[in-house]
This record gives sequence, C-alpha cells and structure tokens, in this order.
Amino acid sequence: MTIVSLARFQFAMTTIFHYFFVPFSIGTVFVVAVMETRYVQTKDPAYRKMTKFWGNIFLLSFAVGVVTGLIQEFQFGMNWSDYSRFMGDIFGAPLAFEALMAFFVESTFIGLWMFTWDRVKKGLHLFFIWMVFIGTTVSALWILTANSFMQHPVGYTIKNGRAEMVNFGALLANKQLLFEYGHVVLAALLTGATVITGLAAFQLLKKKRTVSDVNKKIYHKTMRMGMWMMLIFSLGTILVGDLQMKYLVKEQPMKFAATEAVYTTTGKKAPWSVVALVDPKTHKTEASIDIPDMLSLLTYGKTTGSVTGMKEINAQLEKKYGTKIGGQKVSYYVPVNTLFWSFRVMVGFGSLLFLVSLCGLIATRRGRTAMYEKRWVMWLFGLLTFSPFLANTTGWMITEFGRYPWTVYGLFTIAQSVSPNVSVTSLLISNIVYFLLFTGLAAVMIALICRELRHDPNEVEEGQLEKLTADPFAKGAF
Amino acid sequence: MSALQLVWFILIAVLFSGFFFLDGFDYGVGMAVKTLATNDEERTQVIRTIGPVWDGNEVWLITAGGAMFASFPYWYASLFSGYYLVLLFILVGLIIRGISFEFRAKSPAKYKHVWDTTLALGSFIVPFLFGTLFISMIKGMPIDAQGNMHATFFDYFNWFSLVGGVALTLLTYLHGLNYLTLKTVGPIHERSKSFAKLLYWVLYAGEVVFALLLIFQTDFMKLHPAGTLICLVLIVAFSVIAHVGVITNRQGMAFISSGLTMVALVVLLFQGLYPRLMVSSISSSYDLLIKSGSSSPYTLVIMTTAAVILVPIVLLYTAWAYWIFRKRIEMPAIGGSN
Ligand code: HDD
Ligand code: HEM
Ligand code: HEM
Repeated sequence: MTIVSLARFQFAMTTIFHYFFVPFSIGTVFVVAVMETRYVQTKDPAYRKMTKFWGNIFLLSFAVGVVTGLIQEFQFGMNWSDYSRFMGDIFGAPLAFEALMAFFVESTFIGLWMFTWDRVKKGLHLFFIWMVFIGTTVSALWILTANSFMQHPVGYTIKNGRAEMVNFGALLANKQLLFEYGHVVLAALLTGATVITGLAAFQLLKKKRTVSDVNKKIYHKTMRMGMWMMLIFSLGTILVGDLQMKYLVKEQPMKFAATEAVYTTTGKKAPWSVVALVDPKTHKTEASIDIPDMLSLLTYGKTTGSVTGMKEINAQLEKKYGTKIGGQKVSYYVPVNTLFWSFRVMVGFGSLLFLVSLCGLIATRRGRTAMYEKRWVMWLFGLLTFSPFLANTTGWMITEFGRYPWTVYGLFTIAQSVSPNVSVTSLLISNIVYFLLFTGLAAVMIALICRELRHDPNEVEEGQLEKLTADPFAKGAF
Repeated sequence: MSALQLVWFILIAVLFSGFFFLDGFDYGVGMAVKTLATNDEERTQVIRTIGPVWDGNEVWLITAGGAMFASFPYWYASLFSGYYLVLLFILVGLIIRGISFEFRAKSPAKYKHVWDTTLALGSFIVPFLFGTLFISMIKGMPIDAQGNMHATFFDYFNWFSLVGGVALTLLTYLHGLNYLTLKTVGPIHERSKSFAKLLYWVLYAGEVVFALLLIFQTDFMKLHPAGTLICLVLIVAFSVIAHVGVITNRQGMAFISSGLTMVALVVLLFQGLYPRLMVSSISSSYDLLIKSGSSSPYTLVIMTTAAVILVPIVLLYTAWAYWIFRKRIEMPAIGGSN
C-alpha cells in the first residue's frame, strides 16, 4: 500500500459518499419547493402535507450531505497538499465563493424554513425553501467550475511552479463546465424526482388497509408530479449527456475511446458495442455484441466517421507529454473496463427512467388510478429509487477515472499531487475511521428514512414546535 | 509583502474570529446538553436554542478554510497535511455533532440520548483540538525547507498546547452558557447563570497559566511585545466584563464579552504570527511567510472584490435570521420533538 493508492481510495470513497447525498438534496429540495409552491397557489392542504412529509426526507439527506462535504474541503489540504500548492491559486477562489455565495445561503435559509412554519407569511416561507434550492445549485456551479478546470484547464499560466489564474472569466466560460453543470444539475433533479416517486410507490405497496384514502390520494398526486419531473429531467440529462459525449471526443479522446472500448482505430463505419469483453493487459477486445454504424451515429450524428482507438491515442499522448513525468513512468491508458461498464450503467438507467416515466404518465392520464393498484408496477417504481444513485456514481467514475493519470489534465499527475509528509499509518487510520463512520451514517440514515415512511403524510404531526417558543410578551432575548 | 497579502492575512483572522464567536457558543451549548440539562425536556429546550443557526455558524469555518486555500495555498497545504490526524478527529467531531440535530429529531424517544451524547462529545472534541492545534502552531512545528511538516506526538500535544485546548474548550463552554442565559427561560436559564458565575474563576486561573506559557514558550514577546500584552490584557478584561455581566444579570453584555474574549484570542495569535504564517521549529529560515505563501496578485484581487461585496450581504441576512429567532425558548410541552 502506497500513500498514493490510499489517498486515492480515500478520495473515491469520501466523494462518492458525499455524492450520494448531493443530488438527493438538490433534487428533493426542488420537488419539495414545487409542492410548497402548489400549496401557496391552491391552498390545498394536501400539498402542505406533501411538503412536510417529503421535506422531512430532504432534511435527513441534507444533514448527511453537509457533514460529508466538510471532509471534502479538508482533504485537499490533508491528502493532496502538493496538489493544493499547485492548484490553490485557481481552485481556492471557486471554493471560497462557494462558501460565501452558497453555503451561507443554504444553511441560513434551511434553518429559517425548518423552524418558521406558521410563524411567517406563507409567501415568505416559500421564499425560504426556494433560497435553499438556489443555494444548492450555486454551490454545484462553483465546485464544478473547479472540477471543470481540472478536466480542461483554461485561463491560466504556469508560473512559480504552479498554475496561476490569469482570466477568471475564462474559468466560468469553460465549455467543459457548460456541459458538466447542465448534466449534473439535471441528473440531480432527476434523482430527486425518481426518489420521491419511488418512495411514494413503496408507500402504496404497504398493506392496502393501512393506507387511508386521503393518503392514497396524496401518494397518487406525488407520483404524477414525480413522473412528470422524471420525464422532463431524464430527457434533459440524456440530451446534455449526448452533447458532452460529442465534446469529449475532441477534448479527451482517451476517455471517450475507453467508454466505448475501442483499442484500434475503427473504419469509416464504426460499430457500437452493447457489451464487450475487454482485456486491458493485452489491449484487446475479446468478444463483443455490436450494432453496426451506431458509434459513428452517436459520435458524429451521421453513419460515417471513424473513432480513434486507444493505442493510437496513447502513442500521441506519449509523444506530446513524454513517457516520464516528474521522474516517474506514466501510462496514458485509463481503466477501460471501469469506464466501459460505468457508461453502460449510466446510460441504461437514464433510458430506463425515461421510458418508465413516459409509460407511467400515459397509464395514469386523466385521473386513471388502475396503475397504482398493480403491485408489480409499484415494485418497479420502488426499485428504481436506487437507480439514479448508481447512475450518478458511475457517471463520476467515468469523468474522474477517465482523467487518469492526471489530476489537472495535461499539467499535473496524481502521483505528483499527494501529500509527501503523510504516513501510510495516518492514511490507513483515516480510511478506517471514514469507512466506519460512513457505514454507521448510512445505516442510521436508512433506518430513519424507513421510520419516516412508517407515517403517512396525513398524520405528520402539526405544530409541535409552536409550543416551544415563549409567548410574544415575554422579554425578548436580544 | 503587498497590501493585499496583509488584507488577506487579516481577513483569515476575521473569519476565524467569526467562527469562534458564532460557532463557539454552539459548542458550549452542545456540551451543556450533557452537563447542564437534566431531563429530556430541558435537553430539547437547550438544543432548540441553536437548532436553526448552528449550520450557518459552521459555515464560518468552511469559509475560513476555503479562503485560506484561496489566498494562502501554501499555508493551507502545510497546515492541513501537517495536522493530519488532529484534523481527522476534528472532522469526526464536526460530523458526529452535525448529524445529531436531525437524527435526534427523527429518532424514537428511547434513542434520543445517543444523539445527545454525540452532540456533546463532538462539541467538546472540536474546540479542544482546535485549541491544541493553534497553540502548537504558534509555538513552532518541525517544518522543512519544502514547507512539509514531520511532527511527532509531543509536538502536537504538550503542556502548552493542552492548556490551550482546555482554555478554548472552557471559553466556548462559558460562551454557550451566556447564550443559553440569553435565549431561555426557566430552570436552564437560572442554572446557566450560576454555572457561569463559578466557572469564570476557573477561567481566570487558566488564563494566567496560559499567559505565562505564551510568554515563555513562544517568541511573541520578543517580536511583538506591545501587541501581545495588549491582547492578553484584553482577554482578561473581556472575561471580567463577561463575568460582571453574568453577576449583574446584564445578559447581552455577558454574551458579547465572552464572544469578544475569543476574538481577542484569535487576534493575539495572528498578531504574534505576523509576518509569518507558520513557525518552523527547525530553523527560522524555513518559516512560512505571508509574502511568499500567498496566491497571485490577480487571484487576490478577485477574491477581495468578492469578499467586499458578499460578506456584508451574508452578515445582513444572518442578522435577519437571528432577528426572526429572537424569542426566548421555553421548555417544551411533553412529547415535543427536536
Ligand atoms: C454537484 C454538486 C456538488 C459537488 C460535486 C460537491 N458538492 Fe459539496 N455540497 C453540495 C454540492 C456539491 C451541496 C448540494 O451544496 C451540499 C450537499 C448537500 C448539502 O447539504 O449541501 C454540499 C455540502 C458541502 C459542504 C457543507 C456545506 C454546509 O455546511 O452547508 C462542504 C464543505 C462541501 N460540500 C464541499 C465540497 C467539496 C470540497 C467538493 C469537491 C470534492 C464537493 N463539496 C463536491
Ligand atoms: C462529487 C462528485 C465526485 C465524485 C463522485 C468523484 C469521484 C472521484 C473518483 C472515483 C476519483 C478517482 C480516484 C482514483 O483515481 O482512484 C476521484 C479523484 C479525484 N477527484 Fe473527484 N469526484 C467528484 C467530484 C470532484 C470534484 C468536484 C473535484 C474538484 C473540484 C474532484 C477532484 C478530484 C481529485 C483531486 C481526485 C484525486 C486524484 C485522483 O485520484 O484521480 N472530484 N474523484
Ligand atoms: C442516457 C444518456 C446519458 C449520457 C449520454 C451521458 C453522458 C455522460 C458523459 C459523456 C459523461 C462524462 C463527461 C466527462 O467526463 O466530462 C457523463 C458524466 C456524468 N453523468 Fe451522464 N450521461 C447520461 C445519463 C446520465 C444519468 C441518467 C445520470 C444520473 C442520474 C448521469 C449522471 C452523470 C454524472 C453525475 C456525471 C459526472 C459529472 C459530469 O462529468 O457531468 N448521467 N455522462
């Protein structure tokens, strides 16, 4: 075990864990905000109950999102100090902006939202939750600005042995950011919509007698709303993902070729492998099921056009950057199998979510409810709850593993990034501590969500907090 | 050293001051859950006082970290990698504290005590370890020519740093008590006051020990005698004012003063460090300096512009939130959540 491998393991573990909750929070707060908007518009108490009920789930996700985010911020300095020295001039600014423009907004307004039901005007209360949503999307913008720079450096110069910013605007105008931000936010919204639809489906699967008619109606309403959002957001995610793919061919051809397992440059008409057995040692695709012309079509939007293979790209990269960086031998091959299968998982679930929500909407059009009674359909929706998490994680695995061997593309490698003074023991301790902590957090989180789901929206306790505040005539504290 | 570098050195101090002033009382209140409250209703009441605001307060720390990364990347890199395990446990503390609020609110009654424990424990770990961290940092750590720290256990934990840890813990605890006095009615209100009345005597003793250690174990008196003495006097003076506030029932004054005590402490540390960021115990030529540890002038200009615009806005809506939650918290009726 080397410090590099341990630090990498830790980075992957902690960000993936953080990123379970990030899209969960961004997506559910959006759905909840829409529900509350409907409540304010229609004054229908059903919407208010929906808001509170799903709001509780959102709050749990947010809590874990916050504490796991802390680790992210600290670990750049802790595990990747040489990276921080190299990148601080550029990375630090977006991170500080994120705190100033997003984290303060999120945390302050979420506190206001949680504790002021019935205490402030309805419109103001609604404003609070939308502010939280805006905060989360602004947060995503800044952190992805930093990540996009790492994928595709712009607006910098190399001086004093580090990357120095020369054009802040260029960081924001980064094309990588345009696609990445669009894709990530849409995927997050899709996550929220799918989770809430799926959980509502699980609720309907409860023993029929125990779900009262009022609650059933609320769940039907939730699912209709959720399916609409699933449809729109899955379509959006797919469209932006497609654009991203076309951009990738030019900017990071190695990543692209790996997601398609193309070792040798294809002919004019490139076939697309649905599945493939790849041997990364011998650089060969041993078997695959192909659809003719499809890859050309996906990449260039027409039936002809060859895709450059990894062998050729590797040779080009070796020529451009050399075979040694910082005195260490590098290989430009990325983990092909990981990328290939990750891509299929992500795209597969994306397409599935689109199809299922489309069918669901058709089946429940104009107040039809027969679908909600079909247990297998509800099981399908219920199980789909987990799919966006897999798609998000695999998506990031493509993006991040596909950048190998760089942390900052073309400028700085992973091996150069690590903290030289941190010992293997320290890293082992921190890995174990995080692992135990995450396991515990995940277990409690799941248990508490299940507990919340044992209630139904119509029974969500009302007005408990009112009792906690002294009457207005008591002496004010400040 | 350029003017902007100095500005950012000061701004980092401001952010840490904000962190200790605001999140400081959250730690005190967190510890009070186990040490002051005696039953479930009281614990709920205590937690409710910080429920809506603790997360916003913690963002001061996140901002301080982010701003350090942005303005002094070499400082951020040396400090965070050098204090690896200390920061790991600070993170553990922040995590187990951070999840307690929501988990407690949603847990069945018989498990609530688990989250009371994590809240109190986390609230103790964080100020204690930050105290040891800052104190050992000003004393000097084995930093080599590349800015990398290779420290042993006793570099992190020695008498001086432990006193610093205890002192900071005590300061946050008292600050929390003053906040509780201000924000509650009933038994908790009375008990916080009487606890604080007594504990200030302990704090005085701690401050004297701390001052002596600081004078003999750091080079602060040699480099900045006037500033160091002024700050030490201010620390004691604010403690006394806070104590008087507690005794004479001027609760607002007590709270503000206990906050200012910590601000004076932060100022003490930063003015003593100046013009350095980190002190090397190996050789003063390895000290990390403000003038060589910062980001490029361009980045500093961008950051300054953003800070000038954004910080006032943040302060405005933070103040507004505190205004909305200005009412005192009573004991909950039976079965209250949160
Ligand atoms: C696409 C979005 C996204 C991505 C890629 C990341 N985060 Fe995150 N982060 C959020 C979106 C987000 C959020 C939506 O704003 C969170 C999640 C849930 C939440 O509570 O806020 C959050 C919380 C959060 C917090 C706590 C904020 C608070 O106390 O309110 C910190 C310090 C970070 N993050 C830092 C990071 C760092 C350093 C990352 C880089 C590895 C990172 N996050 C990746
Ligand atoms: C939140 C979503 C993210 C996930 C799930 C994610 C996941 C990963 C994964 C799987 C790795 C590979 C670790 C390895 O190579 O062994 C990695 C590496 C890395 N990522 Fe991300 N990442 C995310 C966001 C970010 C962001 C926003 C940044 C920076 C702004 C970032 C910076 C890095 C760095 C510095 C590494 C370490 C170098 C390396 O090992 O490749 N990541 N990440
Ligand atoms: C079905 C069509 C989809 C296509 C064609 C697609 C395409 C892509 C591509 C090419 C990348 C890599 C980008 C890069 O490395 O710069 C990516 C990343 C990613 N994908 Fe997808 N995707 C699809 C669906 C989804 C779905 C359904 C989700 C989640 C619900 C998702 C979540 C992500 C995430 C979180 C990333 C990493 C961040 C990024 O680089 O944007 N994707 N996607």
